[in-house]
Amino acid sequence: MEFSELIRTGQAQAELLRGPEMPPLRGTLCVTGHHLLLSPGPQATPDLWLLLLRSVDSIEKRVAGDAGTITLRCKDLRVLQLDIEGVEATLDIARSIEALSSLESVITSFPFFYRPKGLRLGEAWHFHPPERYYKRIARETRAWRLSEANEDFSLCPSYPRAVIVPRAVDDDALARSARFRQGGRFPVLSYYHAPRGTVLLRSSQPLTGRQKLRCAEDEELLRAVLAEARPGARGFIVDTRSAQAAKQARMTGGGTEAKAAYPGWKRLHRPLERGRPLQESFVRLMEACGDPEQSMDRWLSRLDGCRWLSHVKEALSTACLAAQGMEWEGACILVHGAEGTDSTLLVTSLAQLILDPLSRTMAGFQELIEREWIQHEAPIFLLFLDCVWQLGRQFPLSLEFGEGMLLALFDHSYASPFGTFLCNSEKERCLCEVRTRTHSLWSGLNQPKEQRKLRNPLYVPNPLAIWPSVEPQSLRLWQGLFLRWTHPPEPSEVAWEKVWQIATDQKTEGSQPTDSASEPQP
Amino acid sequence: MEHIRTTKVEQVKLLDRFSTSNKSLTGTLYLTATHLLFIDSHQKETWILHHHIALVEKLALTTSGCQCIRSDPVIQCKNFRTVHFIVPRERDCHDIYNSLLQLSKQAKYEDLYAFSYNPKQNDSERLRGWQLVALAEEYKRMGVPNSNWQLSDANRDYKICETYPRELYVPRIASKPIIVGSSKFRSKGRFPVLSYYHQNKEAAICRCSQPLSGFSARCLEDEHLLQAISKANPANRYMYVMDTRPRHRMQSWWATQKDIGRIIVRISSKIWNDEKIRESDGKKRLNAMANRAAGKGYENEDNYSNIRFQFVGIENIHVMRSSLQKLLEVNGTKGLSVSDFYSGLENAGWLRHIKAVMDAAIFLAKAIMVENASVLVHCSDGWDRTSQVCSLGSLLLDPYYRTIRGFMVLIEKDWISFGHKYSERCGHLDGDPKEVSPVFTQFLECVWHLTEQFPQGFEFNEAFLLQIHEHIHSCQFGNFIGNCQKEREELKLKEKTYSLWPFLLDDQEKYFNPLYSSTSQKLAALEPNTVSFNFKFWRNMYHQFDGTLHPRQSVFNIIMNMNEQNKQLQKDVKDLESQIKQHKNKQTDGVLTKELLNSVRPESPALKTSLCLKEQTLLPVNDALRTIEGSNPADNRYSEYADEFSKAEPAVVSSEYGVARMTC
Repeated sequence: MEFSELIRTGQAQAELLRGPEMPPLRGTLCVTGHHLLLSPGPQATPDLWLLLLRSVDSIEKRVAGDAGTITLRCKDLRVLQLDIEGVEATLDIARSIEALSSLESVITSFPFFYRPKGLRLGEAWHFHPPERYYKRIARETRAWRLSEANEDFSLCPSYPRAVIVPRAVDDDALARSARFRQGGRFPVLSYYHAPRGTVLLRSSQPLTGRQKLRCAEDEELLRAVLAEARPGARGFIVDTRSAQAAKQARMTGGGTEAKAAYPGWKRLHRPLERGRPLQESFVRLMEACGDPEQSMDRWLSRLDGCRWLSHVKEALSTACLAAQGMEWEGACILVHGAEGTDSTLLVTSLAQLILDPLSRTMAGFQELIEREWIQHEAPIFLLFLDCVWQLGRQFPLSLEFGEGMLLALFDHSYASPFGTFLCNSEKERCLCEVRTRTHSLWSGLNQPKEQRKLRNPLYVPNPLAIWPSVEPQSLRLWQGLFLRWTHPPEPSEVAWEKVWQIATDQKTEGSQPTDSASEPQP
Repeated sequence: MEHIRTTKVEQVKLLDRFSTSNKSLTGTLYLTATHLLFIDSHQKETWILHHHIALVEKLALTTSGCQCIRSDPVIQCKNFRTVHFIVPRERDCHDIYNSLLQLSKQAKYEDLYAFSYNPKQNDSERLRGWQLVALAEEYKRMGVPNSNWQLSDANRDYKICETYPRELYVPRIASKPIIVGSSKFRSKGRFPVLSYYHQNKEAAICRCSQPLSGFSARCLEDEHLLQAISKANPANRYMYVMDTRPRHRMQSWWATQKDIGRIIVRISSKIWNDEKIRESDGKKRLNAMANRAAGKGYENEDNYSNIRFQFVGIENIHVMRSSLQKLLEVNGTKGLSVSDFYSGLENAGWLRHIKAVMDAAIFLAKAIMVENASVLVHCSDGWDRTSQVCSLGSLLLDPYYRTIRGFMVLIEKDWISFGHKYSERCGHLDGDPKEVSPVFTQFLECVWHLTEQFPQGFEFNEAFLLQIHEHIHSCQFGNFIGNCQKEREELKLKEKTYSLWPFLLDDQEKYFNPLYSSTSQKLAALEPNTVSFNFKFWRNMYHQFDGTLHPRQSVFNIIMNMNEQNKQLQKDVKDLESQIKQHKNKQTDGVLTKELLNSVRPESPALKTSLCLKEQTLLPVNDALRTIEGSNPADNRYSEYADEFSKAEPAVVSSEYGVARMTC
């Protein structure tokens, strides 16, 4: 496809307003296949301002006299205003942006064209996350095996080629179990909790339907999980829907595990909001955050009304419950909702951060995201990042990555020059050859120059589980994200710089003598 | 002593206030003359000062269906600790309950802890402690007396105003008869005096009380004094009069007090008359006067070239007291949902009040910084809201008040010396509960909000604020006892009690802010942003004893330690450098230098590990709990859900009920 067909005009003179705290930029505006650029002209600083068109969420245009204004709302929550000379130019640019920002095709997206200096294609891709993870757990237990039953994605298009399953269950049984689960997402291992020999599994809902169908292989799979863990081990199914909703799902072919069919397993219902209500909650929060003039009462009432922090609390509590089941009860945990692709992943990934010190390192966190998350472009991924931020606030020394990392993940999940967050399933990713034709986000983020933004200077490895407080008094609005563009917290950034300084002084001076000491002044 | 019948009770349970499963610690309860002490089975001690007890309640317990009132004491403290004891024998329970009722309320000052507290210092040490914060020096630091301001001896013997200090600074041109006359016109004799002088701007913050009601005549002396204040500022001829009370309250008040309205108008118009009257303004002035006489408000202040009135809307002590009460009811609720928390926060109005105080202080600071104008601040009596606004305003303007020592000076000046009624507002003695109000707590909270917004602007940290709050109620030191300087002198506090400040200074490494940047020019005058987003619930104050709600690790502590280590390392480097120099002087041999350096190296890993281990050594009082690495799920409320774990039926049974019980 030719982008040039979609570009109505080459360039125009414009002024860009980026919010109250930033000076306006003036120069030549230009639309390319993937970017909007503003070049300040030869006499000014040579800095080029660049916006990835994919990150445009919505566009408004207004014309008056012989000039026009375009307002861009971006997916990273920024609002930009462009004042453009010439009515025709304004309309052409607006149409070009509209057309280019809404392109659906993956393989024409920018990551397939992005070739930065210093990075090599194929670098830092976690080609086989389950395989890597399996190597780790194989050192601890023989009860699990790596199955390639899904090699051609015939069992489940949204699973990777290889999955970790109980050794006692063969591939045929997996295929049957997959047919009994929505979208083929049969129960697979998400995390092996070595200290207690227990496991965290995830799946989608069983397709019991009105007739209360059963599936022997599915039942056998879960029986094998308990048998492998330890004689008499118990299991808990954390269903992320209410009991009522789970029951209603039978009308549309879904359902829940029948008690009689899964001896040793007990269901716990912990309803978590997702999809539309979560999206609305997010939108209402953003509206509240966009109004600096409102009174205290109005602000508190909107903060209450949007319910975002309630969702944070529920997500964290449910993850803690799952983690507690493993750590304190020595039980196996299976998490699922309906499709098993949103709130399920929220719970399994948070539970791992709570229990597993490795997942709290920079590398471990990146692997965790690769392994657990399928769709990033949804408020549920943002909810996950918010929950991680809350963990980091309560345990400021225990995460190797800082707020900057979470913000970067948020930005890149919506629009990115890197390929990591492209596509919504492993199958698609393979079809598009994402891993060989685009750069991995991690290779970009792991460059030394990025580290100061992303790392937590105060990190000290903590081998213990981190149990957060989920009381409303302990949870805070993530200002660094929700108020990032409207209310930049400048003094605290300076303070953070000072923290870095103190921490790095510590490291350099603590580990080696300084230059001045080795070369004393005469 | 006569109130204590039982001094020791064993097998007492201390309930966790947020645990729904009634988690408790068992231990022994001791009752001493000054403290209640609980030692649990892990030998952890919980000390509660009797003076900190705000309320002792009996709890209605439901035991197997029948409800009976036991006297198990639930104790609410002024430092926001809440404890609930269960005492096995009803008789002991009753005794302790009654003793606490008596001990927590003292009838006379002499029974307060400060009069028996003995930190083993001799008289001269004690006296030196009291001299540590000297206000005379502080006024000198500000730059008064000078050609425009002088020290007045009018109140030397507290004859003009009992609640003011002896030494007061007034405009040089204000004669004694003017001061006396003005004091008669102002409530409690609190006439306009200097609170803070801004040396660069030559502008002043002054404070006073409201004009007295019942007068129908104007007070020329008061008008003169206001004029004198405005003339003492060579840079700007107009001044602001800030009434810190809400306008809507004042309007109804003015309606019943038209006389006063007229007096104020006359003051203003008198000054206005001194300026050149322009014909065209005459009509406007008449309108304004008509409005004022009808109590309709003050929109047309701008007509008066000398005085600009400003209402800033801080509510009175009663509103504040009930607001805090509502706040504490909300955050003390077991099983609080996010929604209940925020709607409770909204209904309590607490943060709205904090914002109002902050906005007032900002207005004051801007008037001086931007307009070079002097400001006269008053409320009703001029010892609550006026103290809040004057002290916060000075804190914004002058970085000295943001240091540990400067903050002590600020409290001594604007609060203690100008007669903030600590004993009544904190309920030190068994008195009128309507006089109790968290005015000073609000001031500390405003400062905390500023420290959050300007992490590098303050020499002290949050622990310092919490410690001061602890001691306004503890009555352990003499500083906050009594309601004004005269009363304090009569109580001979400087002879019989100790000052808090030297004790805080001895411990000051606990209170340092490691991020403090004393030289930053940007932070000379603070310009906080009071957009609503910036106001947060101060968990570390209102939940300071509820360890489970706090972050599990403290950034401040680790940075403090790193800073200490860095300093030590820098010192080591210097020492080594000078050693090298010495050696070099003796023998110019490079090999030796290398040897010396290598000898440092093995030490460094040890230093690094000690960093992690030493983390707890610099903790402020209550911080021990917050740094529990990893903590414990049983401390948290999701553990309730875990009750479902234990309820699980054995695997065999479930198959019997099977499909029929599918719905779960």
